[in-house]
Amino acid sequence: MQKVAEPLTTTGALREFLHALPGVDEVGATARAAALSTRSIKNEAKAWAIDLAIRMVDLTTLEGMDTPAKVRAMCAKALRPDPTDPTVPSVAAVCVYGDMAAIARASVGAALHVAAVATAFPSGRASLEVKLHDVRDAVAAGADEIDMVIDRGAFLAGNYGLVNEQIVAVKAACGTAHLKVILETGELRTLDNVRRASWLAMMAGADFIKTSTGKVPVAATPPVAIVMLQAVRDYYALTGTRIGVKPAGGIRTSKDAIKYLVLIKETAGEAWLTPDLFRFGASTLLNDLLMQRQRMAIGHYSGPDYVTID
Amino acid sequence: MTFEYAPALESRAIVSIAPSYGLFINGEFVDPTSGTMFKTINPATEEVLAEISEANQSDVNAAVNSARRAFERTWSVMSGRDRAKYLFRIARLLQERAREFAVLETLDNGKPIRESRDIDVPLAAAHFFYYAGWADKLEHAGLGPNPQALGVAGQIIPWNFPLLMLAWKIAPALACGNTVVLKPAETTSLTALLFAEVCQQADLPPGVVNIITGAGDTGQMIVEHDGINKIAFTGSTDVGKSIQRALAGTNKKLTLELGGKAANIIFDDAPIDQAVEGIVDGIFFNQGHVCCAGSRLLLQESIAEETIEALKRRLQTLRLGDPLDKNTDIGAINSREQLNKIHQLIKSGDDEGAERWTAPCEIPEKGWWCAPTVFTNVTAAHRIAREEIFGPVLSVLTFRTADEAVEKANNTPFGLSAGIWTEKGSRILWMANQLRAGVIWANTFNRFDPTSPFGGYKESGFGREGGIQGLGAYLQSATDSDVHAKGMS
Repeated sequence: MQKVAEPLTTTGALREFLHALPGVDEVGATARAAALSTRSIKNEAKAWAIDLAIRMVDLTTLEGMDTPAKVRAMCAKALRPDPTDPTVPSVAAVCVYGDMAAIARASVGAALHVAAVATAFPSGRASLEVKLHDVRDAVAAGADEIDMVIDRGAFLAGNYGLVNEQIVAVKAACGTAHLKVILETGELRTLDNVRRASWLAMMAGADFIKTSTGKVPVAATPPVAIVMLQAVRDYYALTGTRIGVKPAGGIRTSKDAIKYLVLIKETAGEAWLTPDLFRFGASTLLNDLLMQRQRMAIGHYSGPDYVTID
Repeated sequence: MTFEYAPALESRAIVSIAPSYGLFINGEFVDPTSGTMFKTINPATEEVLAEISEANQSDVNAAVNSARRAFERTWSVMSGRDRAKYLFRIARLLQERAREFAVLETLDNGKPIRESRDIDVPLAAAHFFYYAGWADKLEHAGLGPNPQALGVAGQIIPWNFPLLMLAWKIAPALACGNTVVLKPAETTSLTALLFAEVCQQADLPPGVVNIITGAGDTGQMIVEHDGINKIAFTGSTDVGKSIQRALAGTNKKLTLELGGKAANIIFDDAPIDQAVEGIVDGIFFNQGHVCCAGSRLLLQESIAEETIEALKRRLQTLRLGDPLDKNTDIGAINSREQLNKIHQLIKSGDDEGAERWTAPCEIPEKGWWCAPTVFTNVTAAHRIAREEIFGPVLSVLTFRTADEAVEKANNTPFGLSAGIWTEKGSRILWMANQLRAGVIWANTFNRFDPTSPFGGYKESGFGREGGIQGLGAYLQSATDSDVHAKGMS
């Protein structure tokens, strides 16, 4: 890994650095993900993993049809996922559009993080001024985590300086709020691009790197997660700073979630097995985790009517 | 708290192991005339699994005679389409009984269930499917208009991939119309004997497949038997040489798949994370008991340090232990004898001044185990750089230029396989032309497929197994059919 002497800001300097990162062999990365998915997690290990996965959920609603009532209901669920069982932990955060941030904050108080998607989510196609306004708005409404999108057009055009500049500006607008940078890996297409975008985001000030908006056909996949976990591992080795990872979109079952925990353990390491450094962006995942948890407690499946729909 | 995987044991209840096994001759299990039995042991627990028959000369005679009868009366006169029917049936039965085979293989061999379940058994079935497809198409294999079978094939296989090596040997032989006498290695006979049951289940005509068990002496009787037309051997180079000496001046055909000391070459533009996986797959797959293992790692100097660091980090996640645990990566060493040999070579590495690093693994109390070991500061003169260790021991050397990598990679009496890691396609093609090895992997390692030929250069043997080329090992070529017919009629 190259040493970063000083912050890289220009497109030329960034290109030089990002294009010198080791390539990613797609076949090999996919094979590694497949091999790790055969890990068999049972009994105590499974119970522990399910509770950790619940604590890592960013419970999400990002719909045009979101209403205050919908957001309040989801917040109640986030605080107390299973009303019949007080031992179930709360999730990490709720994730909403910026205009719902105030309602979310009022619902969860100081108990949970409120994440707001901003910067003309999901496309990111707006002027920097509009994006920054979006961010400030959400922070003012009580969001303490901002999920921004990178300008994929600029990234794919090789205009790394512009992508960097926007992340730096958004980070400044966040103030004390944590910044998650969505790479939208389904649009970046190659794992080489995922690695480069991960480094670009980390160097520009991301606290988290996040796979997807959930609004394009390909969302989080295990090979993408592996490459991002390698990036945060290598960035830590270089700088001593741990950046978080958030796969989002398409993770619906406990089995999938546990596979991601295995990927973390065997790629970035145990240090990342905490909600401070790993989140699941998900909506339906939580109920499957709850059903699995109930099954482990009572010995059989309860069924979807025994978990709440919010 | 840390994320500790709870034990996830594959149940051994699916397989029933008999207290003792006879020899499989002419479609039936028979007691050995010698009356001598030997024990087969689970290398992970040192528990005796069963008693196995030791075949003597009269047993070998009976097996060869049975194979000869089946060849003349049934198998060679049957249409290719009908032979295919049996082979497809065997392939399907292997799939249906896959879990049984996987558990038995792991018990008898010590390899992790993850590997026997995901690699050995599915590949064995795939070989039967593949060669079943050839059985009625032999005239299109490029070996002449009407290629003829050789007759009776004597096949001697090793202990590292017991069922898979059986499939590599039996599937092409049968597809081409030969009958076989196969001897598994003495420490791993059980899956071959279970395969004999599959042959019965598939209604394979008696005598087409004969499986006789025993050690080196029994193997020698097969090699020297006058009624055999072809010997196929996979195993050590020393035994391979003695077989070739024994066959000199006879009419028997021979293919040998012997040892290796493969170079796994990593260039500075390689996809490093995947290359590290390739190094692990190359040398720690099946505890390094792989003839084509990437046992010599050649690193370009500019990335040597960071790659070794990444490799050590990765090796700390390898899980050594109960082979039946689905999360085990490194199983047991197949025999005490092999473990001693590995230890001896590790000691030579220490004595000759290489720097040893051993992965931090808890070694179980019982059984035979060897933690993944990496030697750095290895020079080409060290024994660990020249001799096949056949264990989880990696020797790391460095190079500066592609020319030097080629020279070092080829500087070995072996030539079975090699690996090249670079993002540059032109370099892959150039290197592949320079390397003297039968199999060359680019940006991967230890990948196998029935459609792809496998075999060596130099002291790694000759002849090819797998693919269309694998048919040539069991068919008469146009030039030798006359000679052969006279000799055998």
